[in-house]
Amino acid sequence: MIVLEKRPQPSQTWSMATPVVAVLATMFFGGVLFAALGKNPVEAIMTIFWEPLFGEFSFYYRPQLLIKGAPLVLIAIGLSLGFRAGIWNIGAEGQYIMGAIVGAGVGLAFYPLEAWYIFPLMVIGGAFGGWIWAMIPAILKVRFGTNEILVSLMLVYVAEQMLASVSLGLLKNPEGYGFPGSRNLQSWDSAHNAELFAGSGMHWGVVTALIAVIFAYVLLNRHMLGFHIRLTGEAPRAAKFAGVNPARLILFCLGASGVLAGLAGMFEVAGPAGQITIDFNVGYGFTAIIVAFLGRLHPVGIVLAGGVMALTYIGGDIAQSNLGLPSAAIQVFQGMLLFFLLALDLLTNYRIRLASKEVA
Amino acid sequence: MTTPLLSLQGLTKAYPGVVANDTVSFDIGQGEVHALLGENGAGKSTLVKMIYGLVKPDSGKMVLNGQPFAPAEPRAARADGIAMVFQHFSLFDALNVAENIALGMENPPKMGDLAARIREVSETYGLPLDPYRTVGDLSAGERQRVEIIRCLLQDPKLLIMDEPTSVLTPQEVDILFETLQKLRSEGTSILYISHKLEEIRTLCDHATILRLGKNVGECIPAETSARDMAEMMVGSTLQTPERGGRDFGEVALDISGLSVPSPSEFGTALRNLHLTVRRGEVLGVGGVAGNGQDELLGVLSGEITTAPDAVKMNGQPIGKLGPTARRKLGLLSAPEERLGHAAAPDMSLTENALLTGSVREGLESNGFLKWGETQSFAERIIEEFDVRTPGPDNAARSLSGGNLQKFVIGREVLQNPDVLVVNQPTWGVDAAAAASIRQAILDLAAKGTAVVCISQDLDELMEISDSFAALNEGRLSAPRETTGLTVDEIGLMMGGAHGMEVAHV
Repeated sequence: MIVLEKRPQPSQTWSMATPVVAVLATMFFGGVLFAALGKNPVEAIMTIFWEPLFGEFSFYYRPQLLIKGAPLVLIAIGLSLGFRAGIWNIGAEGQYIMGAIVGAGVGLAFYPLEAWYIFPLMVIGGAFGGWIWAMIPAILKVRFGTNEILVSLMLVYVAEQMLASVSLGLLKNPEGYGFPGSRNLQSWDSAHNAELFAGSGMHWGVVTALIAVIFAYVLLNRHMLGFHIRLTGEAPRAAKFAGVNPARLILFCLGASGVLAGLAGMFEVAGPAGQITIDFNVGYGFTAIIVAFLGRLHPVGIVLAGGVMALTYIGGDIAQSNLGLPSAAIQVFQGMLLFFLLALDLLTNYRIRLASKEVA
Repeated sequence: MTTPLLSLQGLTKAYPGVVANDTVSFDIGQGEVHALLGENGAGKSTLVKMIYGLVKPDSGKMVLNGQPFAPAEPRAARADGIAMVFQHFSLFDALNVAENIALGMENPPKMGDLAARIREVSETYGLPLDPYRTVGDLSAGERQRVEIIRCLLQDPKLLIMDEPTSVLTPQEVDILFETLQKLRSEGTSILYISHKLEEIRTLCDHATILRLGKNVGECIPAETSARDMAEMMVGSTLQTPERGGRDFGEVALDISGLSVPSPSEFGTALRNLHLTVRRGEVLGVGGVAGNGQDELLGVLSGEITTAPDAVKMNGQPIGKLGPTARRKLGLLSAPEERLGHAAAPDMSLTENALLTGSVREGLESNGFLKWGETQSFAERIIEEFDVRTPGPDNAARSLSGGNLQKFVIGREVLQNPDVLVVNQPTWGVDAAAAASIRQAILDLAAKGTAVVCISQDLDELMEISDSFAALNEGRLSAPRETTGLTVDEIGLMMGGAHGMEVAHV
């Protein structure tokens, strides 16, 4: 019989090893899945993990890694603060959309003026859009004790409707021949979140993501607020005893994740995406949840996890076009990663023992 | 005596790293009240769990009425006439008495029949209980009666009771003893687990003493002094805490007219509390658990805020202040629940030292943490309070209960509080550690700290407190000087017997 035995101390080794083992297990079972779909599993896995980094067209894919990874990391860092404290913001996708709408809206209000202050104002607008959208579940939770999971999630769909509305109305390009969507910010220098070095994929969002990682690391390890966040997640009653104000913590954590998600949306709309359209959002806000957990809610882990996730996105796209894998299979593959991670996570706190027959 | 009812022969059970029971043998006679004595961690619980079929012994055997007895699960043990009243009740607050009892039965009869049986058994044994009352409204003594009646309905041959009096007032204890004696006179054997020696001397016919998993001796309690039994339990001479002068200074803590609604559905509301504690004084607050102890600690620690004037420290209203502000003023506290309330289980001892020490020990500047200083603070606690652990990096949950308790008390004591509030400071702690914790509290009082000690252990309160008050259903009796208080008076302060009557023997 297999027995789970609680470890006296959480295992450091397994805490580091589970993400790696989870990735390997996903490769293996993903291969089985692709084989069942009639594809060569080794080729498929190679396409996803090898092609973007070292393949023939890697000069094109490598910058894409930064472009896809930056919003994931930025959002996941914000989410991880709340997740550490047991505050579940599931609506980063909505905050991401709102950041993009407000950020783009602030910029377009100045069109066609060329001025240095437009882009900084757009950054502030993006942060504000995400923040205000996250404040709705936060204030409802503090004031009325509503469940932030449900409220933040449902606000994603509200945000999507807003996105459709502004694409067709408020922010619609007057010179767009009736097509839905805003002006293209890429062709307007003052608002364009351009690459800092041509061909590198490095834009202001990437820089902001790195700053956020450092900021989160210092906060969690060196600051009282970070200690209170961790304490609240581990032992809520002890946190209250220590003097943590739960309402303030909820407002901070949801606010911070909203700001970062909003910034991610803003950098995306001003850079890689270029314009507000009905289908502007591609699920970064949800994928970031996986990234946050895959990275063990640890800032450095999240950077690595964001990289892996971006890789599966890009590699998945290549596999779709080159091998004709259905996109659903790629999504299952990404889901497997979270599944294995959560399952293997058990080993951090428990050890598996094969129980010998007990002496009668 | 003829053949014993139950004979234990060389029972051994080992867990990783510890031998809980090492070849324990003894007999329980027919119609005998047999005491099982021992400190926390001596292996009493493991032993009764083996008898009740919750744990399988590694080796050794049991013989019940001449037949080999090896219950695979509690149901099998119950079928053979073994019943057990646990220390912690397993009752559903929201259901009534009869529903709770029916839940534990294999084939529950109709509710009406069951209620009649409950009435009949409860009258016979002097444990009156209304089968239709909601358990959430019952006192701890009444809840215990539900558990006892649940057992009696099975007509047990052996009734195991795990520390049954820890939740009872002295009067309730008397009534329980009448019930147990009636059961004995009917031929039921009782295995009685306790570390309260006087109780065992009045009630039990025979005692087996366990120390570190071994049977270290047997005795006839009525013929052995409590001190001798205690020394058999501990294995060494006991040190009684001492204290210096008893000069009281100004009033340090003043609660007047404090009323607080219950923080949760089955919590207790505090009703019109009054108390004052002077510098250097130890106020003992007794009472059965669940009568407002947690709430009183919350009100003092700042987890529950009240009207500003209801709680005053050194004349300053502090009722509205949170825990951090109160710590700044010198009011420190140590809650009862060590894991999850006083300490975060998965965090290291260093992090747990920061939990309450940040303000007074200066472990942060502008919100940034000084880990180096925090670690030395944790090391100081570990050293001065003899906390047994490899080091401050270990998680709180890896410590034994007694060691963690020493850490929690030490953490507050070393911060030199003006007022210290502790709830159950020695609960689940072995005798030597308990003595050192009590000594630390007394030393602090001798230096002029006002101490409020909430505890269910009356012996402890008699030993360390200068004045005594009891909590009963959220009301606090008027504090009285401890010297000269009799057990009867204490019992009445604790609310008497909650309307119980003595068994009709």
